[in-house]
Amino acid sequence: MSPRMAKALVNGLLLGGAVVALFPLVWMLSVSFMQPGEASSLPPPLLPRHFTFDNYRELFVHAGMGRYFANSLLVSAAITVFSVLINVMAGYAFAKLRFTGRQRLFQALVGGLVIPAQVAMLPLFLLLKYIGLINTYGAVIVPALATIFGIFLVRQYTSGIPDDLLEAARIDGAGEARIFIQIVMPLLKPIMVTLAIFTFLAAWNDFMWPLIALTGQEHYTLPIALASLSREHVQDSELMMAGSVVTVVPVLALFLAMQRYYLEGLLLGSVKG
Amino acid sequence: MSRQNAAWWFLAPALIVLGLFFLLPVIAALLLSLTDYDLYALADVRNLRFVALANYWDLLHRPLFWSALGHTFYFVIVGVPLSIATSLGAALLLNSPLARFKPFFRTALFAPVVTTVVAVAVIWRYLFNTKYGWANYGLSGLGIDPIDWLGDPHWAMPTIILFAVWKNFGYNMIIFLAGLQAIPADLYEAARIDGASVPSQFRHITLPMLAPTLLMVSILTVSGYFQLFAEPYVMTEGGPLQSTTSVLYLMYEEGFKWWNLGSASAVAFLLFVIMFVVTAGMLRLSRRKVAA
Repeated sequence: MSPRMAKALVNGLLLGGAVVALFPLVWMLSVSFMQPGEASSLPPPLLPRHFTFDNYRELFVHAGMGRYFANSLLVSAAITVFSVLINVMAGYAFAKLRFTGRQRLFQALVGGLVIPAQVAMLPLFLLLKYIGLINTYGAVIVPALATIFGIFLVRQYTSGIPDDLLEAARIDGAGEARIFIQIVMPLLKPIMVTLAIFTFLAAWNDFMWPLIALTGQEHYTLPIALASLSREHVQDSELMMAGSVVTVVPVLALFLAMQRYYLEGLLLGSVKG
Repeated sequence: MSRQNAAWWFLAPALIVLGLFFLLPVIAALLLSLTDYDLYALADVRNLRFVALANYWDLLHRPLFWSALGHTFYFVIVGVPLSIATSLGAALLLNSPLARFKPFFRTALFAPVVTTVVAVAVIWRYLFNTKYGWANYGLSGLGIDPIDWLGDPHWAMPTIILFAVWKNFGYNMIIFLAGLQAIPADLYEAARIDGASVPSQFRHITLPMLAPTLLMVSILTVSGYFQLFAEPYVMTEGGPLQSTTSVLYLMYEEGFKWWNLGSASAVAFLLFVIMFVVTAGMLRLSRRKVAA
C-alpha cells in the first residue's frame, strides 16, 4: 500500500468513527428544535424545517424539567463537594500517615472493589427507609459520600508528595490538621479537580440507585425523570430529544472544558494492575 | 494530637460512610437472602422467616432466572470482545503517525462515554425505530428490508450490544492509547529493519507489550458488562418476550416491583459469585499463559 493511500485510509476510518460517535448527539440536538411529529417522516429529516423552542418550553413549563434539573444539580453538587473532601482526607491518611493496620485496612478496601454496588442496594433501601431517608435527597447523597475508587485515586497521587516536606512542618511544630490544610491540600489541587469532575459526572449520570431511592416525582433527578417521561411519551421524539439535550449537554460541556483533568484521572485510576 | 490518632480522625468520615452504607448492607444482603423477606415482612417484621437456602434453590428452578443469566452472558460474551476490539482499533488509528487532527478525533470518539446512559438510550430508541429510524433508512439505501431492531426478540439484544459498544469503547480506547504510547519506538524500528510487515509487528510487538493492559481492561469491562441494567430498562423494558431481561433487571423487578427482597438478594449474590468466578478465572488463565 502506498503511503498516500495508507494515510487516506487511517484518516478516513477516523473520520467515519467520529461521525458514528457524534451523529446520535448532533441528531438529538437537531430534532429537539423540530416541530412535533416532524422527525417521524421519510426520508428522516436532518435539520428542522421551522426552528422552534416549543419542546423546551413544553418541558420546562408543563413537564417540570426545571425542578428535575435543579434536583440533579443539587444532588450532584452536594455529592461532589463532600465526597471529594472525605475521600481526600482518607486517601491522604493511607498515603502519608502511619498507623497500625494501615496496609491491611487498605487491602481490605481495595478488595471491596470486586463487590458490585447492587449487592448492597436491597438492604440499603431498608436501612434508609427505617432512618426515614428514602425519597429525600439524602437517600442519594449520603451513601455516595465516600468511594473506594476515590480513596484509591487520591492515595496513588498523594504517594508522590515527598515525606520531607511534611516532616519539616512537623518539626516546626505544625499540627496535623494545619499540615493537611496549608500544605497538603494545595499540593493535591490537581487530583481534587480530577476527582471532582469524575464524581460530578458519575452522580449526574447515575441511574439505578436514584431510581430505587427516589420514589416521588418531586425528587426525581434528570435521568429518572427522562426514563419516566419516555415511557409516557413514546411517540413524541422531538420532546424526548429536547429532554435528552437538557440532560446530556451539561456533562458534555463540563467534560469538554476539563478534558485534560478527566483523562488524566482515568489513566491514574486504571494503572493498578 | 498524636499522629496515630490524627490518622483515624482523617479516616473516620470515609470509614463510617463505607461501613454503614456499603459493608453493613453487603453483609445484610447475605442474611436477607436466607429469609423470605417480602411485602408482608416489609409491613411487619414479625412475618419474617428464616428459610436457609430456599431462595437460591427456588431460583435455580426458575426458568426466568436461567434465561436472564443467559441474556447477561450473551451480552458479556458478544459485547466485551466487540467493545475491546473497537477500543483497540480506535487507539491504533489514533496512535498512527499518519493520523491528523488527533486531539479532535480523540475527543469526538470519547464523547459518548461521558453522556448519560438514559438520555442516549432514548436517542438510540428513535434512531433504531422500525419505520422512521436512520438505521433502517440507511439499510434501505443498500436494499435491505427494515429490521424491527427493538421489537424482535432476536434483534433486541444485538441492538443493545451495539449501543453499549458505541457508548463505552472510548473509555478503553484512552487506556489502550496510553499503553501504545508506552511501547518503545526502537522495538518497531528494529522490526522494520528486519523487514517485519505491519501485521507481524502488531502480532509480535504490539500485542505482547499490550498484554497486561489488555488483561486489566478485559476484567474491568467484563465486570462492568455483567451489570447490565439501564439499557434494557430504557430501551426495551426487558422485552420483547423478556429477551433482554438481564440478571440485574430481574433483581430490580423481584426486589422493587414485587418486593420479594429475600429472593432479590439471592439474585444479587448469585450474580456477584458468578462475576467473581469469571474474573478470577480470567486472571488465572492469563497467569498460566504467561508461565507457559
